[in-house]
Formats: sequence, C-alpha cells, structure tokens
Amino acid sequence: MSAMAYAMTDSATMLRRNLRHALRYPSLTLAGLMMPIVILLLFVGVLGDTLGAGLHGAGGSDAGYVNYVAPGIILMTVASGCLATAVAVCVDMTGGIINRFRTMAISRASLLTGHVLGSMIQTLISTGVVIGVAVLLGFAPTAGPLEWLAAAGLLVLLAFALTWLAVLIGLVAKSAESASNTPLLIQFLPFVSSAFVPVDSMPAGVRWFAENQPFTPITETIRGLLLGTPVGSHAAIAAAWCVGVALISYFGARAVFNRARAS
Amino acid sequence: MTQQTTPALAVSANGLRKSYGDKTVLDGIDLDVAERTIFALLGPNGAGKTTTVQILSTLITADAGQLRVGGHDVARDPEAVRAATGVAGQYSAVDDLLTGEENLILIADLLHLGRSEGRRRAAELLERFDLSEAATKTAATYSGGMRRRLDLAMTLVGRPRIIFLDEPTAGLDPRSRRTMWQIVRELVADGATIFLTTQYLEEADRLADRIAVLDRGKLVADGTADELKRLVSGGHIRLRFADASALAAAARLLAGSARDDEALTLQLPSDGSVQSVRAVLARLDAQAIDVEELSIHTPDLDDVFLALTGTHDGENHKELIA
Repeated sequence: MSAMAYAMTDSATMLRRNLRHALRYPSLTLAGLMMPIVILLLFVGVLGDTLGAGLHGAGGSDAGYVNYVAPGIILMTVASGCLATAVAVCVDMTGGIINRFRTMAISRASLLTGHVLGSMIQTLISTGVVIGVAVLLGFAPTAGPLEWLAAAGLLVLLAFALTWLAVLIGLVAKSAESASNTPLLIQFLPFVSSAFVPVDSMPAGVRWFAENQPFTPITETIRGLLLGTPVGSHAAIAAAWCVGVALISYFGARAVFNRARAS
Repeated sequence: MTQQTTPALAVSANGLRKSYGDKTVLDGIDLDVAERTIFALLGPNGAGKTTTVQILSTLITADAGQLRVGGHDVARDPEAVRAATGVAGQYSAVDDLLTGEENLILIADLLHLGRSEGRRRAAELLERFDLSEAATKTAATYSGGMRRRLDLAMTLVGRPRIIFLDEPTAGLDPRSRRTMWQIVRELVADGATIFLTTQYLEEADRLADRIAVLDRGKLVADGTADELKRLVSGGHIRLRFADASALAAAARLLAGSARDDEALTLQLPSDGSVQSVRAVLARLDAQAIDVEELSIHTPDLDDVFLALTGTHDGENHKELIA
C-alpha cells in the first residue's frame, strides 16, 4: 500500500473510533442537536407570532416566521456541532492515548482527519433532523433540486470550516472545560445576525457587527436558495468566509498539532 | 568501543542532551542496551528518566547526541524506529470510551494487521493478560492493574522487538507488580529487548540484566546489579550488647570495628558468610562476652542508589563510597 492509501486507511480507523465514541456516549452530540430544536420551538411556537408580525411591519416576507428563522436555525445546528468536536479533540490531546498514536508508525494527520470526518457526519445528520423538524413546523422551502444542492454545498463547506475551527480550539485548549466554552461564542453568533430578525431592525452598532459577521451572508444565501429571496453578493461573501475560516483553521490546527509535544 | 559496531545493540545513545530553556534535563547520556536483555534506567523523580524514554521513542527530539534504536537513527528515520518499537508510558494510553477488545482492535487496525488477524491477536492478548472476562467492558471501568495490563497489551499488538516501559509498575499493588515482572521476563524469553525505567531498586535488581543510575540528568553508574553493589563498601555485621562494659570489652577484642556507645552496638566489616559470623561469635564466647542481638547487612541496591544519587542523607553516603 502506498503512503496515501495508508493515510486513508488510518483515517477510516480513526473515524470508526470517533463514531463509536459518539454512539456510546451520545450526550454531547444530542445536546448539539437539541439546542437548535429547542430554539426553533421557542422562536416559532412562543415568539413566532410577534416576531412574524414585526417582520411584516419591517418589510420582511409574510410567509410566516418559521420560514424566516429556519435557515438561521439550520446554520446554528452546524455551529453547535463544534462543541462536541472541540471537547473530543481536547480529551484526546490531553489524555495518554495521543502519545501512543505518536509513537506508532501511523499517518499522523489521521487522528485529526478522523475527528473532522466524524464530526461532519454527525453535524450533517443533525442538520437533516433539524430541517425535518422545521418542515413539520411549517417550513416550506420553494427550492428546486439545484438550489437544494447549492444550499447543501454551502452547509457542507460551513461544517468543514467550523469543524476545523473546533479542532483548532480543541488543540489549543488546556482542558475539556475550556474547550467547551469557546465554541459557545460561535454557537451564539447567529443571534446577532440576520438569522432571527433583519439587521435593519437593529441599533446602529449592533447592526454594523451583524452586517459584517459571517452568519449574516451565510444565512441570507441559504434563505435565498431555499426560499427564493434575493441573494445578491451574499453568496460570494459567504463562500469567502467559509473558505477563509477553513484555511486558517486547517493550517493553524496542523501547525499546533505538529508542534504539540508530549508533556 | 567494539560494542558500538556490534549489530546486537538494540538501543544506543551517545552524548544525549536535552534542555528546556535553561533547565538541562539530560546532560550527555551514553548508554548501550544489548538485544534480548532487560535494561533498567534507575533514578529518583525528576532525574530525566521519562525524557530519555520519550526521546528514544521519538515522542520528543533530542538537542544533541547520536541515537540508534533497532538499528535506525532516531533523528533521521523516526518512522522506522516507531515501526520497531512499542512504548508503554507512565500514564496508561488507553481509550477509556472503548472496551478492552476494541482498544486492541483499534491498534491492530492502525498497524494494518487485517481484520481476522487483528481479532485473533486481540483475543490472544486478552487471554494472556487475563482480561478476557473484561474484554467487553469499557476501559474506564478497569482497575489500575487492569489498565496497565491493557496498556501493555496494546503496546504488544504489533510484536515490537524493542519495548520501552516507563515506570511499568508505578502505583500497582504488590500482586499486580509481580504479574508485570513475570510478563516482562516472558517478553525477553520471547526475544524482545526491554528498556524500562523505575525508581524501585528491587525492581531493577530483580529484573534487569544491566542497570544505569540516572541522577539530575547524568548517568552516575552503569553495570549489573552485582557490579553496582560492589561500588559501595561491602557488607557488615552489627552486634548489640547489654551494657557498656560488654561493648567496651568486645571493642577491644575486635579490632577495626566501629563502636556506637549510644546504641551499644559494634559494627564490623564482613562478607556475611556463616564462617565469618561463627568466627566472630567464637572469639566473643571465648571471652565470655554476651551478645544481645546480631544482624547481618549485605549491601543492596538501596545503598548504591542512595550513595550515588545522595537523595536523602547524601553526606553520609558519599563518605561511604570514599
């Protein structure tokens, strides 16, 4: 077998390990799935009428608040997968097992690759479940197959970027506790974007932040693809953010991982 | 120097140095480990034992030194070193969330043993390390001794020729410790070379073919257990008497003895043999001097260790060597 084939075999082995962990101890994964569902229920079931009426007044779509908020909740699902990933990477790096892997003749990158693949699979399954719940609550996307494909592509790209970011957070964190705190910021970032209310309804300072943070263009792009609202330049900006975060996180994680020494 | 060209060396280090910032951890270590032997690196906490193992097992890099493990240059060909060695660190490197069996199969998969061979090897190791019953329980539920055995079993999946064991029995109860010693002996009988670190003298004495004593980053002695014992002054017998007059009389009789008036004891050099003890007692009997108590002291590695590393009462023991 070539070095490349070995790297792929080792990554697959690590992926199996991570999926086994997730199946055996699903609490973190389930928490990552439950949070967006609870928020969806809260915003649609409890706050939906008021927010929807406000939206209507502010010139938003009148297709019901669930349609407005669902794209943002879908993004939130992708973001909440980060927490489990960061914790899992940190536990691996601070435990004894990493030293065993490092003293074996295996592809070094496979440990991280296994985490990234495992997390992405879990995140994308969670995302599918959340989309299903949103549909049950009345979410009615107007997208054709091509738009769905494009939306899925952007979601995969976002999941890829955020997972590598989570890996980087997990590598840098000194303990599982701190590894679980940082991703919370990413998880809550969608609240200060166009995910829940249009940015023009926000006060000036917050609005500036909301307009310029990645979740607004990503939300607008998904919303446009799934519901036919105008996308404009959002798609390009969204893609640029994802690629940028992915590249920085990937190279950052690689550098930290290679530098990290046994303590 | 002919040793260095012999291919039968499993591990060799020449001028191994490592420092962190301005703290020198290893200050020019030279050591040779012959194949199919047990080598013990003995030293107190903080002597640099773990650092040595981490460097030889490619976990960290040395600042200087020629290092060869299994015939491969550690700096130039770490992958070949990794393929030839197995390492069991001080903290068990097991996956707590997986069962014992899954842990072993994980390692077998990473070594590309193939599905059926991996399962066979896992079952064999579980059996050998008395873990068959716990095979389907997660490692998190294992006792300290079981974790250590699983850890060692994982190290052995790939049948490494050279095995590094960093304090393999630290924190184990006496029974688990004995089990571990037995396992180590079997490994060598099967053709492996063992490089272990320990702070237990008894362990080095019982197991190792050669012992090197590491103290504050330097090797202070290197040899067989017997050679090391010869480094400290020989054995002695100690006699205790009922009163000061008996002590004084005995001291006059036995020239070259060291007298302790407080403890009413007399200490005299002896190889501890039955004849020499009998001879001493016969001389005392002839003068009708009664001995309350007699004890025989042969030097053990404790004496050597303390003498060389001067951990506790360093002053005393330095005099001992001099």
